[in-house]
Amino acid sequence: MTDPGETVACPECDLLQHLPELAPGDKARCPRCGNTLASQASEPIDVPLALTLAAAVVFIIANTASLMGLSAVGHHASTTIPGGALEMWLQGEMLTAVVVAFCAIIAPGGYILFMLTVLLAVRRPPAPHWIGELLRWADSMQPWSMSEVMILGILVALIKIAELATVVPGIGMYAVGGLVVLFTAIMITFDPREVWKRVEWTDYGAEAVR
Amino acid sequence: MTATALTAAQAGLVSCETCALLSRPADAAEPGHCRRCGAKLESRRHHSIQYTWALVVAAAICYIPANVLPVLNTTTLGSTDSDTIMGGVALLYTTGSWPLALIVLVASVMVPLGKLIALSYLLISVQRGSIQSNRERTRLYRLVEFIGRWSMLDVFVDTFTVALIQLQPLMSVEPGPGVLFFAAVVVLTMIAAESFDPRLIWDSSARGRHHV
Repeated sequence: MTDPGETVACPECDLLQHLPELAPGDKARCPRCGNTLASQASEPIDVPLALTLAAAVVFIIANTASLMGLSAVGHHASTTIPGGALEMWLQGEMLTAVVVAFCAIIAPGGYILFMLTVLLAVRRPPAPHWIGELLRWADSMQPWSMSEVMILGILVALIKIAELATVVPGIGMYAVGGLVVLFTAIMITFDPREVWKRVEWTDYGAEAVR
Repeated sequence: MTATALTAAQAGLVSCETCALLSRPADAAEPGHCRRCGAKLESRRHHSIQYTWALVVAAAICYIPANVLPVLNTTTLGSTDSDTIMGGVALLYTTGSWPLALIVLVASVMVPLGKLIALSYLLISVQRGSIQSNRERTRLYRLVEFIGRWSMLDVFVDTFTVALIQLQPLMSVEPGPGVLFFAAVVVLTMIAAESFDPRLIWDSSARGRHHV
């Protein structure tokens, strides 16, 4: 049985080390590989909760409002994020459509949903242990949530199409830009260590294994 | 910060990949689950080298059709033009937006190729038990993890171009078979980066020191 205290192993090089108490704004780095082990935010739960709520609203706008509109010789067209994935599907590129839908809608939406649940549930300790599972899901959604890549993709498409016709950026595009800012802010202000400190331990565990 | 010279693995401990809690498993081969968060404990990611190699090879195979096959077919008044990824870059360049051409070139051609080379180098150096420039190799791994997602850029550009330009019979754009292979390269290299365990970079040095 180990009393973990603040002894940790660096997730990138496995070096055992003692984490000192951190003041808000401090960062601890692994002395061997330089990985950031921990950073202390001043409000590690409430600020990210507010930001995640804002992200939920902006996410809905980003997925329903028009990204850009086009008009050429009497024709008008506009598209949304789900509309883009749907058009790929209808054009026979089903797998690509699934990848686009996952990176543009499901992963960011899932991340918001799981984070919202975790942050709400953790406010009243002891936090239920299923939070661990949800936070793990949020973690696994994060690399696939690609709002910042998507906004660049929308801009490139916009400039490319502007060669052919008049394109007007829509509200959806600004909403995707807002999502990029909000996601970055959530990641900076959120401290998963604070969640783990409040989580009720599960029973089954390493010790029980024979 | 104080640091011991030991790694968790040498001390018989396992660090949880989810919540970072250190556990002392009864059986090092079957560490079980984390007592705090319930995640499956692993001292090193399971079959990290084999999985990563398999994914890198699969991605390298997809990289060829991704670049050779057209990603977009543009039909204008009955005549059809096909564009590959490089064709799209060339088109952006000739229409005068060279900064955009450069962004797409870096994200779509250089980043995927660079990732394949970097991951292969990391895998080979770990397999050969290299103990040199561990810090730089860890940094390289971090870079691969960080930039991987940006390759998805072209898939998004193609998707929104296809979605918007449906002005039949005047002009329409359809996705080509290259898009699928290109998306596959990005997804496979991202999973490859996730399955590689950077702690393996440091294990050879630790083994060396303790066996001497």
